[in-house]
Amino acid sequence: MKQSSTFRLSVLVFGFAFLYIPILSLIVYSFNKSRLVTVWGGFSTQWYGRLLDNRQILDAAWLSVKIAATNATGAVILGTLAGLALARFGRFRGRTLLSGMTTAPLVMPEVITGLSLLMLFVVLDSALKQAFGWNLERGFTTITIAHITLTLAYVTVIVQSRLSSLDDSLEEAAMDLGARPAKIFFVITLPIIAPALVSGWLLAFTISLDDLVITSFVSGPGASTLPMVIFSKVRLGVSPDINALATIIVLLVTIGVIAAGIFMARQEKRRQRDMQMAAAAK
Amino acid sequence: MATNPRPQQQLAVWNDPQAVPYVQIDRVTKRFGDFVAVNNVSLKIYKKELFCLLGGSGCGKTTLLRMLAGFEEPTSGKLFIDGVDMTGIPPYERPVNMMFQSYALFPHMTVEQNVAFGLKQDGLPKDEIATRVDDMLKLVRLQQFAKRKPHQLSGGQRQRVALARSLVKRPKLLLLDEPLGALDKKLREHTQFELVNLQEQLGVTFVVVTHDQEEAMTLSSRIGVMNQGEIIQVGTPKDIYEYPNSKFVAEFIGNVNMFEGRLIEDEPDHVRIDSPELGGTIYVDHGVSSAPDATVFAAIRPEKFNISVERPNQTDNVVQGTVKEIAYMGDMSVYLVQLASNKMVRITQPNTYRHAEDSITWDQTVYLSWHASSPVVLSE
Amino acid sequence: MSARAEAPRRHRHSAGVQLILDFLNRLPPYRWTQSRLVRWGITGRTAVTAIPYLWLLLFFLVPFIIVLKIAFSEARIGMPPYAPLLTWIDGSVAQVNLQLKNFANMFQDSLYAKAYLNSIKVAAVSTLFCLLIGYPMAYAIARAESKWRHILLMLVILPFWTSFLLRVYAWIGILKNNGLINNFLMWTGLIDEPIVMLQTDFAIYVGIVYSYLPFMILPLYSNLEKMDLTLLEAAADLGARPFKTFMTITLPLSLPGIIAGSMLVFIPAVGEFVIPELLGPSDSLMIGKVLWQVFFTKRDWPAASAVAIALLLLLVIPIVLLQRAQAAEARGAHR
Repeated sequence: MKQSSTFRLSVLVFGFAFLYIPILSLIVYSFNKSRLVTVWGGFSTQWYGRLLDNRQILDAAWLSVKIAATNATGAVILGTLAGLALARFGRFRGRTLLSGMTTAPLVMPEVITGLSLLMLFVVLDSALKQAFGWNLERGFTTITIAHITLTLAYVTVIVQSRLSSLDDSLEEAAMDLGARPAKIFFVITLPIIAPALVSGWLLAFTISLDDLVITSFVSGPGASTLPMVIFSKVRLGVSPDINALATIIVLLVTIGVIAAGIFMARQEKRRQRDMQMAAAAK
Repeated sequence: MATNPRPQQQLAVWNDPQAVPYVQIDRVTKRFGDFVAVNNVSLKIYKKELFCLLGGSGCGKTTLLRMLAGFEEPTSGKLFIDGVDMTGIPPYERPVNMMFQSYALFPHMTVEQNVAFGLKQDGLPKDEIATRVDDMLKLVRLQQFAKRKPHQLSGGQRQRVALARSLVKRPKLLLLDEPLGALDKKLREHTQFELVNLQEQLGVTFVVVTHDQEEAMTLSSRIGVMNQGEIIQVGTPKDIYEYPNSKFVAEFIGNVNMFEGRLIEDEPDHVRIDSPELGGTIYVDHGVSSAPDATVFAAIRPEKFNISVERPNQTDNVVQGTVKEIAYMGDMSVYLVQLASNKMVRITQPNTYRHAEDSITWDQTVYLSWHASSPVVLSE
Repeated sequence: MSARAEAPRRHRHSAGVQLILDFLNRLPPYRWTQSRLVRWGITGRTAVTAIPYLWLLLFFLVPFIIVLKIAFSEARIGMPPYAPLLTWIDGSVAQVNLQLKNFANMFQDSLYAKAYLNSIKVAAVSTLFCLLIGYPMAYAIARAESKWRHILLMLVILPFWTSFLLRVYAWIGILKNNGLINNFLMWTGLIDEPIVMLQTDFAIYVGIVYSYLPFMILPLYSNLEKMDLTLLEAAADLGARPFKTFMTITLPLSLPGIIAGSMLVFIPAVGEFVIPELLGPSDSLMIGKVLWQVFFTKRDWPAASAVAIALLLLLVIPIVLLQRAQAAEARGAHR
């Protein structure tokens, strides 16, 4: 028994070292004075200052955040509708197609999704031009549409699995007590699945913020998201201000995840206290 | 079919041909694809009854209840509640409320908000809602828990919240799906009586679905026994236990010893059955309507036997056997007695005084006897 | 008797809503629209289904049909850079211009075949290494004390929330000639000259294993975590030694988790673009990279579309395997 627990401990130590050393090295070298990222030249925070002066990166970051927020909101709305249809409407005509279309983007190589969406936008553009004289500018709109199509799949899966683990009789009870379907959705279903929607929103936001391949296909001139800017810089080799940027992102994510962890631990503690209270109340 | 005469209860509303049923189920069938969940069921339930639908899992009892609530539409047939055809009326417009097996308490609402939910949907004034919720919580003794959330309550308390929530709208009909199924045994017995008291106090008609025959016997005014989507027998608990109309009902409710035999005497006031399985004849002190010479089954409940070491002083309805197993249960003892035909007979005897069970031991030869009124003659 | 019984059988809203509804009901256009919608069978339910349905049809299914169409057309110079499949001659006779050239090209040009096979090889080897590292980790986390389990799991997921691109970028600093590893090895005196690691296939493997490891650990963990431990105790009780118990009980039972995790790594790895582009040799042949180059550098849309279709066909079997494994896991959860 002792032997196996030493084995498990060493597996975890090596595994997490593999996962975290690259991230830690990014952080450490972000404080390196030297321009040669991996050769230590003393402590400095100059690259953070440079980063804040870099308009290109700041603009790209702002564009990415705007796209990510719009995308996450859209994906949560559409994904909730799709999840609701798949989990609650039984077998309707075309259900298989809907379920296929919501799960396929999860496993589709990004190069294919990106390519096919670009083809669509080109076709749509010429169609709109002929019909109404409209121009479908490639940029914010097309990137957001592409991201929604991708991330809506994730939200659908989350909502669908939350709904199928939710007791149907809650909704039936509300109906039995006189509430109509639309009202039941807003008063009963939505509040109960709200935590799932929040995590769906965050996931959609993160995926959108991080996406390079699909974005590169559907974006047009003048619309560069943060990953596109990073990619074009990184292609040319390491660069210390990218390390600074990485450090900031890692820091934000870590704070977010730890906050979520503490919040969930608190919830859990409260739930356990409530259970004890319930047991005592008998 | 063999019919056994039974004493008529003149007072009961269901025996009054003039009485108007409160709930009428008229030749209702429900199919899910190829599967027939409910098959051509007709049933009348009267005002203020506590009617139990009893059956094993998958017998269609819950589907029938859900059709009354409006969650399922019958494939054919009609349902009437208080004379109104319920076809096409959605659940939220039916004068019916349901208590769910899982209780289905809204987890994000307090006890008070749960109970008030139904009244809010009716758009009642706020102060009226408050009074009615308060009265209801008082009735189920939950006032001090009004501000708690469901997960802060014990199982018994949750059950009472669910009951309060379904009763607060004063429905014409309350449907209860396994209302006591989630409670432990001790609490269940206590709650059974509470439920009956509440029902009598409020005068609401209850339809209860249960798989627990003991629960059905304790609660109901009448029981409908269901099997494979059909109602097999409807009657008071006593009817069902003492006068089952089929082998299925006799075996489903309690224990029974079944002896196959042939009618050799068929008179209006008595019959005699020759049963090789028993190794003798069974004399029954009432007539049955059945074809002469037909194969019949005599059903005798374990507690209807008398077990003795000495041959009892009666000529009919006595048979000899050997004790194979004795199980001491405290309040009573169960004996398994083997007859000459190798058939095992189950007998229960109350332990009316201490060491009452000691006089009979394993492998002892004993006499089994029963009263001529005890056997129920069944043809299927 | 009850308030409900006396009231007309109609739903009651709060006073304000009722007022608005009454007003709307008096307007002819509202009544007309409502009756039309009901006649066409359009209910709330239909609308709920239709909105995401139409979105996915337009932005997911239709694009594929377009790609399929373009894959069969001829490249030309202009915008769009492909010839139409159907041309109308004199406005009445249609001429079909169906080209199999793009696919034929893929067979003739050994570059495509090499990229294809290489992608499969790289993805398969990376998946194997992910499994070799991920399985023990998932096992160790699943068997850890429950208070540690959540923290460890969070540590697995955390990198997933940070930028994928930046995590791949980190490896450039580690693997390059004057990077972390080489600096360390030269400092210890083990080597005198840097080992070339960046821009090799080795770097691609490291990058893929590193990036997709969480995808392997998570399904394996959820499988191993819900495994009934009394099964292992029963096996031990019946005389099986720990290793034997693992081989005969744990491993077979975790097979759906192994398949799900492997496919979650294999499928995206086959089409991977960023990792070979940043870490691999400039001439590395990965199908995703080839597609990118054909599209962005050669600007040959029909050829790129044909590559996409071929890549998709390659992934059909892994996707089916994944779906089966996930269905098996879902069934297990309900048992």
